[in-house]
Amino acid sequence: MLRRDPRTTLETVPEDGGEKVSAAAHLTAEQVEALGAELDAIREEVVATRGERDARYIHAVIRAQRGLEFGGRALLLFSKFPPAWIAGTAALSVAKILENMELGHNILHGQWDWMRDPKIHSTTWDWDHVDPAEFWKRSHNYEHHTFTNIRGKDRDLGYTVMRITPEEEWRPKHLLQPFTNIGLSLIFEYGIALYDIETDKIKSGEKPWAEAKPQIAATFRKIGKQAAKDYVLFPLLSGPSALSTLVANLTANTVRNVWSHAVIFCGHFPDGTETFEEERLEGETQGEWYIRQMLGSANLTGSKAMHLMTGNLSHQIEHHLFPDLPSNRYAEIAPRVREICERYGLPYNAGPLPTQYAKVWRKILRLAFPGGHERYGAPKPTPRSRIGKAVRRVAPARLAA
Amino acid sequence: MARRVRAAAGLLITPLVPDDVLGTLNPMWSRSAPRARVVRVVRETPDTTTLVLRPGTPFARHVPGQYLGIGLQVAGVWHWRTYSVTSRPGDRLLSVAVTAVPGGILSGRLAHDTPVGTVVGLGPAAGEFTLPEPTPEKLLFVTAGSGITPVMGMLRSLDPAALSGAVLVHCDRTPDDVVFGPELRALAARTGLRLVERHTAGAGRLTPDTLADAVPDWAVRETWACGPAGLLDTLAEHWERVGDPELLHVERFAPKRVGSATGTGGRITFAASGLVADAESDTPVLLAGEAAGALLPNGCRMGICHTCVGKLQAGAVRDLQSGDLIDAADQPGRPVRTCVSAPTGDITLDL
Ligand SMILES: Cc1cc2nc3c(=O)[nH]c(=O)nc-3n(C[C@H](O)[C@H](O)[C@H](O)COP(=O)(O)OP(=O)(O)OC[C@H]3O[C@@H](n4cnc5c(N)ncnc54)[C@H](O)[C@@H]3O)c2cc1C
Ligand code: FES
Repeated sequence: MLRRDPRTTLETVPEDGGEKVSAAAHLTAEQVEALGAELDAIREEVVATRGERDARYIHAVIRAQRGLEFGGRALLLFSKFPPAWIAGTAALSVAKILENMELGHNILHGQWDWMRDPKIHSTTWDWDHVDPAEFWKRSHNYEHHTFTNIRGKDRDLGYTVMRITPEEEWRPKHLLQPFTNIGLSLIFEYGIALYDIETDKIKSGEKPWAEAKPQIAATFRKIGKQAAKDYVLFPLLSGPSALSTLVANLTANTVRNVWSHAVIFCGHFPDGTETFEEERLEGETQGEWYIRQMLGSANLTGSKAMHLMTGNLSHQIEHHLFPDLPSNRYAEIAPRVREICERYGLPYNAGPLPTQYAKVWRKILRLAFPGGHERYGAPKPTPRSRIGKAVRRVAPARLAA
Repeated sequence: MARRVRAAAGLLITPLVPDDVLGTLNPMWSRSAPRARVVRVVRETPDTTTLVLRPGTPFARHVPGQYLGIGLQVAGVWHWRTYSVTSRPGDRLLSVAVTAVPGGILSGRLAHDTPVGTVVGLGPAAGEFTLPEPTPEKLLFVTAGSGITPVMGMLRSLDPAALSGAVLVHCDRTPDDVVFGPELRALAARTGLRLVERHTAGAGRLTPDTLADAVPDWAVRETWACGPAGLLDTLAEHWERVGDPELLHVERFAPKRVGSATGTGGRITFAASGLVADAESDTPVLLAGEAAGALLPNGCRMGICHTCVGKLQAGAVRDLQSGDLIDAADQPGRPVRTCVSAPTGDITLDL
């Protein structure tokens, strides 16, 4: 029999035969759909109560972010003086993090479309990031959020440069992946822009050149503008402080890169997050979709400030269940989602950033070498609907016996 | 050189545009999302209020009789409606008169709940319900209720010479319900405008016959009419039958609808944004899209201005005003007014 206690472990437990099974394998089809209905109800409740308070929140974050950015940049005009450099760089780093995470990522998800404010809308927003918003929306909102943790479909699993699941065949180049990851972390925004161009698919011919060419051109234009701002114009404006402003801007961009890389890697790669086979998508119900999102995501625990600085991606589970609900609501619904997980015997993967990030690193290091199935292997696929039906049919007989 | 400097300045704030920065500092400074501040409110009647507005950025001159867009955030959501301009072109301040429609989303708030200081969204003036140049000699205005507003904009702008000989037939329940009543009576006394007030609580509704009694030469007058759908339908029918339809101009505040919608509605895909929305068979595409958070072009929201037009790429819609079916299968890319078209099945628009 499949049995597991959600409180004792977050990891998939080996079945008697030693093979892993999904942490949701014990649920019947009815339970899966009941769970889905409960999550649907949470979603509807939030949608029905979106209003003034939420609008005030996003406006306040936008004002604060712009204040920090303009203030930081103003200070940096005098960055030759170390206190101005330190304060300016700190303000600009925080501003850039907020801009990408709590604003850009979330607005581009359409979390604030309901306000119908043309200035705060997924179709009009552009972000302080070298990847043009339109390409990000396709690769992230559509591909990653639809195919979350489906091996071979969700390219975010390792971003095509790292082996993040042992099912991926090991190659000698993976020996370098700890260094690849450090490099990626430093230049994360460029990594994402390059990744969205999908050079692998262009090479294989899957992505026609006619589609790739304008995208590459648009990306280079955006890189040009971003670089002109941070590395030419603001340094020039700073006159005698030119060099220190350039270094400050580079620092702020790097801080933002390293931070967002860490947060994003902690969203799906810590121990206990499951990956899935492509077959699972076939006929996947809403309830099963929810379960895949929950099992494939991990939260970060921490203070309110921490949640804000992660763009509420610290509530990765809630975000993946409801990608387009306003981010300020994730913290509010988190206890209810957690309670549902407990009631249904599902793991709710959450931990502080240092712990989760250490686990991510351990995995990247381990999978740089061949193998790794024992610790990190995906559970054997369990087509839930079929199991559910089987259980339903068999159960009465068992009871009778 | 100046262009280079401006381009460089723009780069300093990329990916924002200067307007974003101005709008963050003060919403009234935005040019791409113009705003106006309510500087005075005048209670005209128990349910109608004039809002006097100071535009944040220069407002393009309107033509009397035209309407403009007013936007207000209600529970965080922007709602837009159109209101006829009642101030004169070139006045420093704009004004509109809003009548509270029971059960409406915006009109009640604007009429009763919009204190001085409120900042509202401001859309450009538009509309064909205007007087030609030169002003026709024999003018007739037929209005009822809040339908006086566009005509008030015209009357205030016309010089006394043009007004002399003009006739205004206005219907309202009682003398006290007449919006701008005292001003209209004073205007009639001061100029040669003939004012015919019909108080429907006692005298009953205006009919073609009673109109002919009051204005025997109605048929030779170029006529501007605005009021409830029932009145406008009656007038249109009458002019069609015994008058010259070319001489009648009407402004409708609410869209005309024929029959009851049939079918099941469907899912609307907005190709440009990728957003999808579900709509009933009698829900205009515009409303369904907005409810789903789409930003869609719109002006009058009543089928008049064609601002909202999108090209139908797949599926079919029903024109709620004419009842006609517009099918992309007949001709892909046919223009559709989203504010008065509802899907009959799943559709795709280029918006
Ligand atoms: C060209 C044009 C000019 C206009 N000018 C003015 C003006 O100067 N002053 C003014 O007060 N209004 C004017 N309107 C009407 C205005 O735009 C709104 O439709 C009206 O204020 C109702 O808005 P709401 O949000 O309260 O109602 P909504 O929430 O939009 O509608 C609620 C219900 O009321 C019905 N309804 C909508 N409008 C009317 C109406 N006028 N009479 C009766 N029922 C209605 C709707 O069909 C709906 O069932 C004009 C409309 C147009 C198209
Ligand atoms: S908004 Fe004017 S015709 Fe549709």
